Amino acid sequence: MTWSDIAPLLWQATKESAYMVGVATVLTAAGGLLIGVLLVLTDRGGLLAARPVNAVLGLIVNIGRSLPFIILLVAIIPFTRAVVGTTIGTTAAIVPLTVGAIPFYARIVETSIREVDRDVIAAARAMGASRPQIVRKVLLREARPGLVAGLTITVIALVSYSAMAGVVGGGGLGDLAIRYGYQRFENEVMVATVLLLVVFVQLTQMLGDFVARRLSHQ
Amino acid sequence: MIHQHFALLSSRTAAGNVAFPLEVMGVPRHERATRVRELLDLVGLGGRADAYPAQLSGGQKQRVGIARALAGRPSVLLSDEATSALDPETTGSILELLRDLNQRLGLTILLITHEMEVVKRICDSVAVMHDGRVTESGAVPELLARPGSELARGVFRLGPVPDLPGHTVVDVTVAGDGTFVAELARTFDIEVRILGGSVETVAGGRVGRVRIGLPGTPEANEARLRHLRETGHALEVPA
Repeated sequence: MTWSDIAPLLWQATKESAYMVGVATVLTAAGGLLIGVLLVLTDRGGLLAARPVNAVLGLIVNIGRSLPFIILLVAIIPFTRAVVGTTIGTTAAIVPLTVGAIPFYARIVETSIREVDRDVIAAARAMGASRPQIVRKVLLREARPGLVAGLTITVIALVSYSAMAGVVGGGGLGDLAIRYGYQRFENEVMVATVLLLVVFVQLTQMLGDFVARRLSHQ
Repeated sequence: MIHQHFALLSSRTAAGNVAFPLEVMGVPRHERATRVRELLDLVGLGGRADAYPAQLSGGQKQRVGIARALAGRPSVLLSDEATSALDPETTGSILELLRDLNQRLGLTILLITHEMEVVKRICDSVAVMHDGRVTESGAVPELLARPGSELARGVFRLGPVPDLPGHTVVDVTVAGDGTFVAELARTFDIEVRILGGSVETVAGGRVGRVRIGLPGTPEANEARLRHLRETGHALEVPA
C-alpha cells in the first residue's frame, strides 16, 4: 500500500476514534461523577448515609469493573439496541464504551473525594452549608485536581477500549490496526496507527497534567 | 468556630475562604466583597486576600480562619485548640488578636485548649475538665490563687523532687504578698531552702507555687507547717 492509500484510511479512522472517545468521555465524566459522589455520600458516616444503597451501588460498579471489555461489548448488545437503535457502527460502540468506563471513573471519583480533608467538610457543615452546597463547593471543588487527573486516565483507557470497537463495526484506529496491520500484514498501517495512538495518548496526558496542576493549590 | 488545623478550602484564596460562609448565608455578591475586605483587614491580612492557604504561614492561615468565623457576626466564637498547631511566637500574636477582638467587638470567646500558657495569658474565667467532667471553675486569677487548684498546678509546674537528706520538702501555693519565705525564716530562725518555684503577679497579687526545703523531719517541722497553713498557704508534700 502506498501513502496515498493509507492516508484516507488513517484520517477516517482518526475521526471515528475521536468521535467515539470524545462522546464517551463526556458521558463517562457525567455518569462517573454522579455515581462516585453517591458512593461517598451513601457510605457509612457520609452526608446521605444509606448502607443498602451504597452496597448495591458498589456491587453494580464492581460487576462493571470485572467484565473484560470485549465481553461487555457483546453482553450489552440488547441494551445498546434499546438506547441507540442499532448494534453496529461507531455510534453503537459509544454505548459499551460509556458503560465500561463509568464504573472505572466512578471509583476514581470516589477515591479523590475521600481525600478531601474531613475537617473542611465539618467546618462547612458548622457554617450551615446545605448538602448540595457541600457537594458542589467543597467536595467537587477541593477534589478537582484529582478528578481531572482521573479523567485523563479514563480517556486513555477509553482509547484502549475503543480498539475493540471493531467487533461491532465501530471502526477507529485500533480497528484499523487489527484489520490492516495484523490481519493483512500491512506493516506501514500498523506503524502509522500505533504512532498516532502514542501521540494522542501523550498529548492527552500532557493536557491532563497541565490542567490538574493549574487547579491544584497545594 | 476556629479549628486546630485551620480547615480552610485549599482550592480557594484567603478572600474566597472568608466569602464561603457569606455565600452559604446568601449574602449578595457585591456586599460579600466589601465584607470580605473588612474582615481580612480586621485580622491584619488585608494584603494577602489573593493568596491560597498553601502560600500562607500557620499564623496567617489561622487569621483567615478567624476572619471566616467572624463573617456571620457571631456573639460567641468557639476556638477549638486554635493555637495548638502554632509555634509559641505565632500563638502569642493570635492570642493578641483574639484579645483585641474580644474587646473591640464585645465578642465572647470560648477557648478550648490544653496549653496552660494560653489560659494564663488571655482567659478571664476557666473551667478545668478531667475525663469529661468539670472539676473546677472560676475567674482565672482567683483559681490560680486558690490553694491546691489543678489549674495552678498546671500553670505553675515544679520539676522532679530533689533528694535532700535531713530536710522536709513541701510545695507551697503562694498567697498574698509572697513574703512567706523570709517570714518563716525570721519567725523560726531557720534556713529555708528554695528548691523550685514559679510565681507571677496576676491582677496585682502574687500567685504561684514554691517548693521549699525545711531542716529536720516532717514531725520536727509540724509547727512551722501549721504556721504556714494558718497564714493562708496551701501545702502539699510532693511525691
